[in-house]
Amino acid sequence: MALRTEELILNLGPQHPSTHGVLRMILTLDGENILEVEPDIGYLHSSVEKMMEYRTYVQSVSLADRGMDYLAALANEEALLRAVETLGKIEVPPRAQWLRVIFLEFQRIASHLVWLGTWGADLGATTMFLWCFREREQVLDLFEKSTGGRLHHVYFRPGGVYEDIPDGWVEQALAFCEEFPGHIAEYEGLFTANPIFEVRTKGVGVLPKDVAMNMGACGPVARASGIAFDVRTAFPYEKYAEVEFDIPVQQAGDCFARYQVRVEEMRQSVRIIQQCIAKLPPGEIRAPKVPITLRLPKGEVYTRTESPRGDLGVFLVSEGEEHPYRVKIRAPAFSNLYALSEIMRGWKIADVIAILGSTDIVLSDVDR
Amino acid sequence: MPDLPQKPLPDGQGEGFRVSTASPIDKLVGMIDVLPGGTVILSSVEQVLNWGRSSSLWALGFGLACCAIEMMAAAAGRFDMDRIGTFFRGTPRQADLIIVSGRCTIKMAPIVRRLYEQIPEPKYVISMGSCATCGGPFYYDNYSILKGIDTIIPVDVYVPGCPPRPEALYEGILKLQEKIKKEPFLRRRAGVVPA
Repeated sequence: MALRTEELILNLGPQHPSTHGVLRMILTLDGENILEVEPDIGYLHSSVEKMMEYRTYVQSVSLADRGMDYLAALANEEALLRAVETLGKIEVPPRAQWLRVIFLEFQRIASHLVWLGTWGADLGATTMFLWCFREREQVLDLFEKSTGGRLHHVYFRPGGVYEDIPDGWVEQALAFCEEFPGHIAEYEGLFTANPIFEVRTKGVGVLPKDVAMNMGACGPVARASGIAFDVRTAFPYEKYAEVEFDIPVQQAGDCFARYQVRVEEMRQSVRIIQQCIAKLPPGEIRAPKVPITLRLPKGEVYTRTESPRGDLGVFLVSEGEEHPYRVKIRAPAFSNLYALSEIMRGWKIADVIAILGSTDIVLSDVDR
Repeated sequence: MPDLPQKPLPDGQGEGFRVSTASPIDKLVGMIDVLPGGTVILSSVEQVLNWGRSSSLWALGFGLACCAIEMMAAAAGRFDMDRIGTFFRGTPRQADLIIVSGRCTIKMAPIVRRLYEQIPEPKYVISMGSCATCGGPFYYDNYSILKGIDTIIPVDVYVPGCPPRPEALYEGILKLQEKIKKEPFLRRRAGVVPA
Protein backbone atom coordinates (compact mmCIF):
# COMPACT_ATOMS: atom_id res chain seq x y z
CA MET A 1 0.00 0.00 0.00
CA ALA A 2 1.38 3.36 -0.97
CA LEU A 3 2.03 5.85 1.78
CA ARG A 4 -0.51 8.64 1.75
CA THR A 5 0.94 12.13 1.84
CA GLU A 6 -0.59 15.56 1.99
CA GLU A 7 -0.16 18.32 -0.48
CA LEU A 8 1.95 21.18 0.81
CA ILE A 9 1.74 24.78 -0.24
CA LEU A 10 5.13 26.45 -0.21
CA ASN A 11 5.90 30.10 -0.75
CA LEU A 12 9.06 30.70 -2.74
CA GLY A 13 9.90 34.33 -2.22
CA PRO A 14 9.34 37.27 -2.27
CA GLN A 15 12.57 37.27 -0.30
CA HIS A 16 14.54 34.44 -1.82
CA PRO A 17 18.02 34.75 -3.31
CA SER A 18 17.03 32.71 -6.36
CA THR A 19 13.96 34.63 -7.41
CA HIS A 20 16.12 37.44 -8.81
CA GLY A 21 14.23 40.16 -7.07
CA VAL A 22 10.86 40.10 -5.44
CA LEU A 23 8.88 37.38 -7.16
CA ARG A 24 6.61 35.15 -5.12
CA MET A 25 5.93 31.66 -6.44
CA ILE A 26 3.14 29.74 -4.75
CA LEU A 27 4.13 26.11 -5.21
CA THR A 28 1.79 23.20 -4.49
CA LEU A 29 3.98 20.25 -3.65
CA ASP A 30 3.58 16.53 -3.41
CA GLY A 31 6.79 15.67 -1.64
CA GLU A 32 9.47 17.10 -3.92
CA ASN A 33 7.26 17.20 -6.99
CA ILE A 34 5.58 20.34 -8.21
CA LEU A 35 1.84 19.98 -8.77
CA GLU A 36 0.94 23.60 -9.40
CA VAL A 37 2.85 26.84 -9.82
CA GLU A 38 1.33 30.25 -9.45
CA PRO A 39 3.56 33.29 -9.81
CA ASP A 40 2.45 36.23 -7.71
CA ILE A 41 3.82 39.42 -9.16
CA GLY A 42 3.43 43.10 -8.36
CA TYR A 43 5.95 43.39 -5.53
CA LEU A 44 7.94 45.89 -7.58
CA HIS A 45 5.16 47.67 -9.41
CA SER A 46 6.47 51.21 -9.77
CA SER A 47 3.71 52.62 -12.00
CA VAL A 48 6.08 54.17 -14.54
CA GLU A 49 3.47 53.97 -17.29
CA LYS A 50 1.23 56.27 -15.29
CA MET A 51 4.10 58.54 -14.25
CA MET A 52 5.18 59.05 -17.85
CA GLU A 53 1.80 60.62 -18.57
CA TYR A 54 2.81 63.55 -16.35
CA ARG A 55 6.33 64.02 -17.67
CA THR A 56 7.90 65.36 -20.82
CA TYR A 57 9.50 62.92 -23.20
CA VAL A 58 13.02 63.80 -22.07
CA GLN A 59 12.05 63.30 -18.44
CA SER A 60 10.46 59.98 -19.32
CA VAL A 61 13.82 58.68 -20.52
CA SER A 62 15.18 58.74 -16.99
CA LEU A 63 12.06 56.94 -15.78
CA ALA A 64 12.52 54.29 -18.46
CA ASP A 65 15.97 53.61 -17.01
CA ARG A 66 14.74 53.03 -13.51
CA GLY A 67 11.17 51.89 -13.74
CA MET A 68 11.59 49.33 -16.50
CA ASP A 69 14.19 46.59 -16.83
CA TYR A 70 17.05 47.97 -14.72
CA LEU A 71 19.64 45.52 -16.00
CA ALA A 72 19.34 46.96 -19.49
CA ALA A 73 18.70 50.65 -19.02
CA LEU A 74 19.90 51.65 -22.47
CA ALA A 75 17.62 49.10 -24.14
CA ASN A 76 14.66 50.75 -22.39
CA GLU A 77 15.74 54.19 -23.51
CA GLU A 78 15.98 52.89 -27.05
CA ALA A 79 12.53 51.30 -26.85
CA LEU A 80 10.91 54.50 -25.63
CA LEU A 81 12.78 56.77 -28.02
CA ARG A 82 12.00 54.53 -30.98
CA ALA A 83 8.33 55.27 -30.34
CA VAL A 84 8.93 59.00 -29.77
CA GLU A 85 11.11 59.38 -32.86
CA THR A 86 8.79 57.34 -35.08
CA LEU A 87 5.76 59.38 -34.10
CA GLY A 88 7.59 62.69 -34.18
CA LYS A 89 9.41 61.81 -37.42
CA ILE A 90 12.73 62.85 -35.89
CA GLU A 91 15.79 61.94 -37.96
CA VAL A 92 18.70 60.62 -35.91
CA PRO A 93 22.13 61.44 -37.40
CA PRO A 94 24.10 58.40 -38.62
CA ARG A 95 26.88 58.72 -36.02
CA ALA A 96 24.33 58.73 -33.22
CA GLN A 97 22.67 55.64 -34.70
CA TRP A 98 25.96 53.76 -34.82
CA LEU A 99 26.77 54.85 -31.28
CA ARG A 100 23.39 53.62 -30.13
CA VAL A 101 23.99 50.20 -31.64
CA ILE A 102 27.39 49.99 -29.95
CA PHE A 103 25.93 50.89 -26.58
CA LEU A 104 22.94 48.59 -26.98
CA GLU A 105 25.20 45.64 -27.67
CA PHE A 106 27.46 46.48 -24.73
CA GLN A 107 24.30 46.61 -22.64
CA ARG A 108 23.34 43.17 -23.92
CA ILE A 109 26.72 41.81 -22.85
CA ALA A 110 26.44 43.42 -19.41
CA SER A 111 22.91 42.11 -18.91
CA HIS A 112 23.75 38.57 -20.02
CA LEU A 113 26.77 38.58 -17.71
CA VAL A 114 24.59 39.40 -14.72
CA TRP A 115 22.22 36.64 -15.78
CA LEU A 116 24.98 34.07 -16.20
CA GLY A 117 26.62 35.02 -12.92
CA THR A 118 23.48 34.95 -10.81
CA TRP A 119 22.21 31.78 -12.46
CA GLY A 120 25.56 30.17 -11.78
CA ALA A 121 25.26 31.23 -8.14
CA ASP A 122 21.75 29.72 -8.06
CA LEU A 123 23.11 26.41 -9.29
CA GLY A 124 25.95 26.46 -6.78
CA ALA A 125 28.80 27.80 -8.90
CA THR A 126 29.97 30.90 -7.06
CA THR A 127 33.02 31.15 -9.30
CA MET A 128 30.76 32.01 -12.22
CA PHE A 129 29.29 34.93 -10.27
CA LEU A 130 32.72 36.36 -9.55
CA TRP A 131 34.04 35.86 -13.07
CA CYS A 132 31.02 37.37 -14.78
CA PHE A 133 31.01 40.43 -12.56
CA ARG A 134 34.72 40.87 -13.26
CA GLU A 135 34.05 41.34 -16.97
CA ARG A 136 30.89 43.29 -16.34
CA GLU A 137 32.87 45.92 -14.45
CA GLN A 138 34.94 46.49 -17.58
CA VAL A 139 31.77 47.12 -19.58
CA LEU A 140 30.49 49.45 -16.87
CA ASP A 141 33.79 51.35 -17.03
CA LEU A 142 33.15 51.94 -20.72
CA PHE A 143 29.62 53.13 -19.94
CA GLU A 144 30.83 55.38 -17.20
CA LYS A 145 33.44 57.06 -19.37
CA SER A 146 30.94 58.18 -21.95
CA THR A 147 27.59 58.36 -20.16
CA GLY A 148 28.64 59.15 -16.61
CA GLY A 149 26.56 56.40 -15.07
CA ARG A 150 27.16 52.78 -14.23
CA LEU A 151 23.59 51.56 -14.22
CA HIS A 152 21.29 54.41 -15.20
CA HIS A 153 22.65 56.43 -18.04
CA VAL A 154 20.01 58.73 -19.59
CA TYR A 155 22.34 58.76 -22.55
CA PHE A 156 19.93 58.46 -25.47
CA ARG A 157 17.91 61.59 -26.08
CA PRO A 158 15.19 62.35 -28.64
CA GLY A 159 17.15 62.84 -31.85
CA GLY A 160 20.48 61.33 -30.88
CA VAL A 161 22.73 60.77 -27.91
CA TYR A 162 23.71 63.16 -25.15
CA GLU A 163 27.45 63.43 -25.71
CA ASP A 164 30.08 62.06 -28.03
CA ILE A 165 32.39 59.35 -26.81
CA PRO A 166 35.60 60.65 -25.16
CA ASP A 167 39.13 60.22 -26.51
CA GLY A 168 40.55 56.78 -26.06
CA TRP A 169 37.13 55.19 -25.66
CA VAL A 170 37.22 53.38 -28.98
CA GLU A 171 40.60 51.83 -28.19
CA GLN A 172 39.39 50.65 -24.81
CA ALA A 173 36.23 49.19 -26.36
CA LEU A 174 38.23 47.37 -29.02
CA ALA A 175 40.61 46.02 -26.40
CA PHE A 176 37.64 44.65 -24.51
CA CYS A 177 36.22 43.08 -27.67
CA GLU A 178 39.60 41.47 -28.29
CA GLU A 179 39.79 40.04 -24.81
CA PHE A 180 36.21 39.10 -24.11
CA PRO A 181 35.77 35.99 -26.35
CA GLY A 182 38.59 34.40 -24.35
CA HIS A 183 36.58 34.98 -21.20
CA ILE A 184 33.49 33.44 -22.80
CA ALA A 185 35.60 30.35 -23.45
CA GLU A 186 36.49 30.38 -19.75
CA TYR A 187 32.81 30.40 -18.79
CA GLU A 188 32.13 27.55 -21.16
CA GLY A 189 35.04 25.64 -19.72
CA LEU A 190 33.43 26.01 -16.32
CA PHE A 191 29.89 25.11 -17.37
CA THR A 192 29.42 23.39 -20.72
CA ALA A 193 31.24 20.14 -20.05
CA ASN A 194 30.60 20.18 -16.32
CA PRO A 195 28.69 16.97 -15.41
CA ILE A 196 26.95 18.62 -12.43
CA PHE A 197 25.78 21.47 -14.61
CA GLU A 198 24.62 19.05 -17.32
CA VAL A 199 22.53 17.06 -14.86
CA ARG A 200 20.96 20.23 -13.52
CA THR A 201 20.10 21.73 -16.90
CA LYS A 202 20.06 19.24 -19.80
CA GLY A 203 16.54 18.10 -20.52
CA VAL A 204 15.25 20.16 -17.59
CA GLY A 205 12.36 22.54 -18.13
CA VAL A 206 11.73 21.81 -21.79
CA LEU A 207 9.59 24.52 -23.33
CA PRO A 208 8.01 23.09 -26.50
CA LYS A 209 7.84 25.29 -29.54
CA ASP A 210 4.05 25.46 -29.65
CA VAL A 211 3.77 26.40 -25.96
CA ALA A 212 6.39 29.07 -26.49
CA MET A 213 4.37 30.41 -29.42
CA ASN A 214 1.06 30.35 -27.55
CA MET A 215 2.40 31.99 -24.42
CA GLY A 216 4.16 34.75 -26.35
CA ALA A 217 7.66 33.81 -25.25
CA CYS A 218 10.31 35.95 -26.87
CA GLY A 219 14.00 36.64 -26.96
CA PRO A 220 16.52 33.98 -25.99
CA VAL A 221 13.80 31.85 -24.36
CA ALA A 222 11.91 31.55 -27.65
CA ARG A 223 15.09 31.11 -29.66
CA ALA A 224 16.14 28.23 -27.44
CA SER A 225 12.83 26.55 -28.33
CA GLY A 226 13.47 26.72 -32.05
CA ILE A 227 11.72 29.99 -32.93
CA ALA A 228 14.20 31.84 -35.10
CA PHE A 229 12.88 35.32 -34.47
CA ASP A 230 14.84 38.38 -33.50
CA VAL A 231 13.49 41.91 -33.84
CA ARG A 232 16.95 43.10 -34.84
CA THR A 233 16.75 41.13 -38.09
CA ALA A 234 12.98 40.84 -38.57
CA PHE A 235 12.29 44.57 -38.14
CA PRO A 236 15.73 46.20 -38.21
CA TYR A 237 16.05 49.51 -36.38
CA GLU A 238 18.93 51.97 -36.09
CA LYS A 239 21.81 50.42 -38.05
CA TYR A 240 21.16 46.74 -37.42
CA ALA A 241 20.41 46.20 -41.12
CA GLU A 242 23.96 47.19 -42.01
CA VAL A 243 25.84 44.83 -39.73
CA GLU A 244 26.32 41.11 -40.09
CA PHE A 245 25.49 38.82 -37.24
CA ASP A 246 23.92 35.44 -36.63
CA ILE A 247 20.85 34.68 -34.58
CA PRO A 248 21.69 31.66 -32.42
CA VAL A 249 18.84 29.15 -32.37
CA GLN A 250 18.59 25.89 -30.45
CA GLN A 251 15.92 23.24 -30.85
CA ALA A 252 16.09 21.53 -27.45
CA GLY A 253 14.15 24.13 -25.47
CA ASP A 254 15.67 23.13 -22.12
CA CYS A 255 17.68 25.20 -19.64
CA PHE A 256 20.92 24.19 -21.30
CA ALA A 257 19.70 25.45 -24.68
CA ARG A 258 18.79 28.80 -23.16
CA TYR A 259 22.26 29.00 -21.69
CA GLN A 260 23.84 28.16 -25.07
CA VAL A 261 21.77 30.80 -26.87
CA ARG A 262 22.73 33.57 -24.46
CA VAL A 263 26.42 32.72 -24.47
CA GLU A 264 26.42 32.71 -28.27
CA GLU A 265 24.56 36.04 -28.25
CA MET A 266 27.41 37.58 -26.28
CA ARG A 267 29.82 36.48 -29.00
CA GLN A 268 27.59 37.95 -31.68
CA SER A 269 27.37 41.22 -29.72
CA VAL A 270 31.15 41.47 -29.77
CA ARG A 271 31.01 40.93 -33.54
CA ILE A 272 28.43 43.69 -33.96
CA ILE A 273 30.44 46.13 -31.83
CA GLN A 274 33.59 45.52 -33.84
CA GLN A 275 31.76 46.16 -37.11
CA CYS A 276 30.11 49.28 -35.73
CA ILE A 277 33.38 50.74 -34.53
CA ALA A 278 34.93 50.09 -37.96
CA LYS A 279 32.03 51.87 -39.65
CA LEU A 280 31.60 54.72 -37.12
CA PRO A 281 31.42 57.91 -39.20
CA PRO A 282 32.29 61.40 -37.94
CA GLY A 283 29.57 64.00 -37.72
CA GLU A 284 26.68 65.23 -35.65
CA ILE A 285 25.46 63.22 -32.67
CA ARG A 286 22.14 64.99 -32.14
CA ALA A 287 19.47 66.12 -34.52
CA PRO A 288 19.23 69.92 -34.55
CA LYS A 289 16.10 71.68 -33.41
CA VAL A 290 14.66 69.05 -31.11
CA PRO A 291 13.17 71.16 -28.30
CA ILE A 292 13.44 70.06 -24.69
CA THR A 293 9.68 70.24 -24.33
CA LEU A 294 9.07 68.15 -27.39
CA ARG A 295 5.51 68.11 -28.67
CA LEU A 296 4.56 65.09 -30.74
CA PRO A 297 1.74 65.25 -33.30
CA LYS A 298 -1.57 63.66 -32.43
CA GLY A 299 -1.55 59.96 -33.10
CA GLU A 300 -0.44 56.58 -31.84
CA VAL A 301 2.44 54.27 -32.59
CA TYR A 302 3.68 50.83 -31.59
CA THR A 303 7.38 50.09 -31.94
CA ARG A 304 9.37 47.06 -30.94
CA THR A 305 13.02 46.55 -30.11
CA GLU A 306 15.10 43.58 -29.02
CA SER A 307 16.14 44.07 -25.44
CA PRO A 308 18.46 41.49 -23.83
CA ARG A 309 15.35 39.77 -22.53
CA GLY A 310 13.41 39.78 -25.78
CA ASP A 311 10.80 41.69 -27.68
CA LEU A 312 10.35 44.99 -25.86
CA GLY A 313 7.52 47.04 -27.32
CA VAL A 314 6.20 50.49 -26.53
CA PHE A 315 2.72 51.67 -27.47
CA LEU A 316 2.52 55.43 -27.30
CA VAL A 317 -0.54 57.63 -27.72
CA SER A 318 -0.06 61.36 -28.12
CA GLU A 319 -2.70 64.05 -27.94
CA GLY A 320 -0.36 66.69 -29.31
CA GLU A 321 0.93 67.84 -25.93
CA GLU A 322 4.41 67.78 -24.45
CA HIS A 323 3.65 64.65 -22.47
CA PRO A 324 2.18 61.40 -23.75
CA TYR A 325 -1.49 60.55 -23.30
CA ARG A 326 -0.72 56.90 -22.64
CA VAL A 327 2.37 54.71 -22.67
CA LYS A 328 2.01 50.94 -22.62
CA ILE A 329 5.11 48.84 -22.28
CA ARG A 330 5.10 45.29 -23.57
CA ALA A 331 7.61 43.62 -21.29
CA PRO A 332 9.47 40.53 -22.51
CA ALA A 333 10.19 39.18 -19.03
CA PHE A 334 6.47 39.09 -18.23
CA SER A 335 5.54 36.74 -21.06
CA ASN A 336 8.67 34.65 -20.56
CA LEU A 337 7.87 34.20 -16.88
CA TYR A 338 4.36 32.96 -17.62
CA ALA A 339 5.53 30.73 -20.45
CA LEU A 340 8.05 29.06 -18.14
CA SER A 341 5.73 28.77 -15.15
CA GLU A 342 3.36 26.92 -17.49
CA ILE A 343 5.86 24.08 -17.90
CA MET A 344 7.19 23.92 -14.34
CA ARG A 345 4.60 21.33 -13.28
CA GLY A 346 6.04 17.87 -12.70
CA TRP A 347 9.58 18.99 -11.95
CA LYS A 348 11.29 18.92 -8.58
CA ILE A 349 11.78 21.95 -6.33
CA ALA A 350 15.48 22.18 -7.20
CA ASP A 351 14.59 22.25 -10.89
CA VAL A 352 12.26 25.19 -10.34
CA ILE A 353 15.29 27.26 -9.32
CA ALA A 354 17.14 26.23 -12.47
CA ILE A 355 14.14 26.89 -14.73
CA LEU A 356 13.31 30.21 -13.13
CA GLY A 357 16.92 31.33 -13.37
CA SER A 358 17.10 30.36 -17.03
CA THR A 359 14.22 32.71 -17.92
CA ASP A 360 16.35 35.72 -17.02
CA ILE A 361 13.51 37.58 -15.38
CA VAL A 362 13.90 41.05 -13.99
CA LEU A 363 11.01 41.86 -11.75
CA SER A 364 11.14 45.51 -12.60
CA ASP A 365 10.43 44.51 -16.17
CA VAL A 366 7.63 42.13 -15.17
CA ASP A 367 5.84 44.60 -12.88
CA ARG A 368 6.86 47.97 -14.29
CA MET B 1 36.60 54.35 28.96
CA PRO B 2 39.63 55.75 30.78
CA ASP B 3 41.48 58.59 29.11
CA LEU B 4 44.78 57.57 27.63
CA PRO B 5 47.79 59.69 28.58
CA GLN B 6 48.99 61.65 25.59
CA LYS B 7 52.37 62.86 26.92
CA PRO B 8 55.62 61.31 25.82
CA LEU B 9 57.08 58.85 28.27
CA PRO B 10 60.29 59.49 30.28
CA ASP B 11 63.61 58.95 28.48
CA GLY B 12 64.39 55.55 27.12
CA GLN B 13 60.80 54.38 27.35
CA GLY B 14 59.86 54.64 23.69
CA GLU B 15 58.43 57.46 21.64
CA GLY B 16 55.23 57.86 23.51
CA PHE B 17 51.68 56.89 22.76
CA ARG B 18 50.37 56.61 19.27
CA VAL B 19 46.90 57.95 19.93
CA SER B 20 44.36 57.87 17.20
CA THR B 21 40.75 58.92 17.31
CA ALA B 22 39.78 56.71 14.39
CA SER B 23 39.50 53.41 16.17
CA PRO B 24 39.78 52.31 19.80
CA ILE B 25 41.92 49.43 18.65
CA ASP B 26 44.55 51.88 17.45
CA LYS B 27 44.71 53.16 21.00
CA LEU B 28 45.10 49.63 22.27
CA VAL B 29 47.96 49.00 19.89
CA GLY B 30 49.60 52.17 21.14
CA MET B 31 49.42 50.88 24.65
CA ILE B 32 50.76 47.45 23.77
CA ASP B 33 53.75 49.03 22.07
CA VAL B 34 54.98 50.84 25.16
CA LEU B 35 54.12 48.40 27.89
CA PRO B 36 56.99 46.23 29.12
CA GLY B 37 56.82 42.98 27.22
CA GLY B 38 54.01 44.36 25.10
CA THR B 39 51.58 41.62 25.98
CA VAL B 40 49.03 43.23 28.25
CA ILE B 41 45.92 44.85 26.85
CA LEU B 42 43.97 47.26 28.98
CA SER B 43 40.49 47.87 27.74
CA SER B 44 36.88 47.55 28.63
CA VAL B 45 35.08 44.41 27.55
CA GLU B 46 32.53 46.55 25.81
CA GLN B 47 35.13 48.20 23.61
CA VAL B 48 36.57 44.91 22.42
CA LEU B 49 33.10 43.48 21.94
CA ASN B 50 32.03 46.46 19.86
CA TRP B 51 35.17 46.20 17.79
CA GLY B 52 34.41 42.58 17.05
CA ARG B 53 30.75 43.21 16.30
CA SER B 54 31.47 46.08 13.97
CA SER B 55 34.03 44.10 12.00
CA SER B 56 31.77 41.21 11.11
CA LEU B 57 28.48 42.65 10.01
CA TRP B 58 26.62 39.93 8.18
CA ALA B 59 24.08 41.37 5.84
CA LEU B 60 20.85 39.81 4.71
CA GLY B 61 21.08 38.81 1.06
CA PHE B 62 17.98 40.63 0.04
CA GLY B 63 17.54 42.92 -2.92
CA LEU B 64 14.58 44.97 -4.01
CA ALA B 65 15.47 46.79 -7.21
CA CYS B 66 18.33 48.39 -9.14
CA CYS B 67 20.40 49.16 -6.04
CA ALA B 68 20.57 45.41 -5.42
CA ILE B 69 22.64 45.09 -8.58
CA GLU B 70 25.15 47.59 -7.22
CA MET B 71 25.04 45.75 -3.92
CA MET B 72 25.91 42.55 -5.80
CA ALA B 73 28.69 44.40 -7.61
CA ALA B 74 30.01 45.56 -4.24
CA ALA B 75 30.08 41.96 -3.08
CA ALA B 76 31.76 40.71 -6.28
CA GLY B 77 35.40 40.65 -7.27
CA ARG B 78 36.43 44.24 -7.84
CA PHE B 79 35.00 45.71 -4.67
CA ASP B 80 34.97 42.56 -2.55
CA MET B 81 32.91 43.44 0.46
CA ASP B 82 34.27 40.47 2.45
CA ARG B 83 37.35 42.60 3.12
CA ILE B 84 35.44 44.69 5.65
CA GLY B 85 33.73 41.69 7.15
CA THR B 86 30.38 42.02 5.44
CA PHE B 87 29.00 39.15 3.49
CA PHE B 88 25.55 37.97 2.63
CA ARG B 89 23.48 35.37 4.39
CA GLY B 90 20.35 33.86 2.93
CA THR B 91 18.24 34.03 6.04
CA PRO B 92 17.41 36.85 8.46
CA ARG B 93 18.14 34.55 11.42
CA GLN B 94 21.86 34.72 10.66
CA ALA B 95 22.05 38.39 9.73
CA ASP B 96 22.97 41.52 11.69
CA LEU B 97 22.25 44.04 9.01
CA ILE B 98 19.58 44.59 6.40
CA ILE B 99 20.51 46.70 3.40
CA VAL B 100 17.26 47.97 1.94
CA SER B 101 18.38 48.28 -1.65
CA GLY B 102 15.91 49.93 -3.92
CA ARG B 103 12.33 51.04 -4.06
CA CYS B 104 9.89 49.35 -1.74
CA THR B 105 6.31 49.07 -2.90
CA ILE B 106 3.34 49.21 -0.59
CA LYS B 107 2.73 45.54 -1.39
CA MET B 108 6.30 44.69 -0.36
CA ALA B 109 6.34 46.83 2.81
CA PRO B 110 4.87 44.24 5.23
CA ILE B 111 7.42 41.70 4.05
CA VAL B 112 10.35 44.07 4.60
CA ARG B 113 8.97 44.82 8.03
CA ARG B 114 8.68 41.12 8.83
CA LEU B 115 12.22 40.44 7.61
CA TYR B 116 13.46 43.20 9.87
CA GLU B 117 11.60 41.71 12.81
CA GLN B 118 13.06 38.27 12.12
CA ILE B 119 16.62 39.51 12.48
CA PRO B 120 17.87 38.88 16.04
CA GLU B 121 18.97 41.85 18.14
CA PRO B 122 21.21 43.82 17.84
CA LYS B 123 20.25 44.71 14.28
CA TYR B 124 21.00 47.56 11.93
CA VAL B 125 19.46 49.00 8.80
CA ILE B 126 21.15 50.71 5.86
CA SER B 127 18.83 52.52 3.49
CA MET B 128 20.56 52.29 0.12
CA GLY B 129 19.59 54.71 -2.60
CA SER B 130 17.14 57.53 -3.02
CA CYS B 131 14.09 55.31 -3.35
CA ALA B 132 14.62 53.58 -0.02
CA THR B 133 15.50 56.88 1.61
CA CYS B 134 12.56 59.00 0.49
CA GLY B 135 10.89 57.53 -2.57
CA GLY B 136 13.45 59.10 -4.89
CA PRO B 137 12.30 59.59 -8.47
CA PHE B 138 9.06 57.86 -7.56
CA TYR B 139 8.04 60.51 -5.07
CA TYR B 140 5.54 62.45 -7.15
CA ASP B 141 2.55 61.15 -9.13
CA ASN B 142 3.05 57.65 -7.86
CA TYR B 143 0.54 55.40 -6.17
CA SER B 144 2.55 52.27 -5.48
CA ILE B 145 5.93 53.16 -3.96
CA LEU B 146 6.53 53.69 -0.27
CA LYS B 147 7.92 57.18 0.38
CA GLY B 148 10.94 56.10 2.34
CA ILE B 149 11.70 52.89 4.17
CA ASP B 150 12.02 54.82 7.45
CA THR B 151 8.24 55.01 7.56
CA ILE B 152 8.20 51.32 8.50
CA ILE B 153 11.58 50.42 10.03
CA PRO B 154 14.24 52.48 11.87
CA VAL B 155 17.21 53.37 9.70
CA ASP B 156 20.79 53.73 10.95
CA VAL B 157 22.61 54.95 7.85
CA TYR B 158 21.26 56.53 4.68
CA VAL B 159 23.32 56.08 1.52
CA PRO B 160 22.31 58.60 -1.15
CA GLY B 161 22.54 58.01 -4.88
CA CYS B 162 20.51 56.61 -7.73
CA PRO B 163 21.91 54.01 -7.50
CA PRO B 164 24.82 54.60 -5.10
CA ARG B 165 28.14 53.37 -6.38
CA PRO B 166 29.65 50.40 -4.55
CA GLU B 167 32.13 52.82 -2.99
CA ALA B 168 29.22 54.76 -1.52
CA LEU B 169 27.80 51.60 -0.02
CA TYR B 170 31.23 50.95 1.44
CA GLU B 171 31.20 54.36 3.04
CA GLY B 172 27.79 53.60 4.48
CA ILE B 173 28.98 50.37 6.04
CA LEU B 174 32.10 52.05 7.43
CA LYS B 175 29.93 54.77 8.96
CA LEU B 176 27.78 52.09 10.53
CA GLN B 177 30.91 50.46 11.94
CA GLU B 178 31.90 53.77 13.52
CA LYS B 179 28.45 54.03 15.02
CA ILE B 180 28.62 50.51 16.44
CA LYS B 181 32.03 51.17 17.98
CA LYS B 182 30.60 54.05 19.99
CA GLU B 183 27.58 52.15 21.25
CA PRO B 184 27.14 51.60 25.03
CA PHE B 185 26.22 48.03 24.18
CA LEU B 186 26.80 46.27 27.51
CA ARG B 187 25.99 49.31 29.64
CA ARG B 188 22.63 49.52 27.94
CA ARG B 189 22.00 45.86 28.64
CA ALA B 190 23.00 46.28 32.26
CA GLY B 191 20.63 49.21 32.57
CA VAL B 192 23.37 51.74 33.32
CA VAL B 193 22.54 53.68 30.17
CA PRO B 194 18.87 54.04 29.26
CA ALA B 195 17.88 52.12 26.15
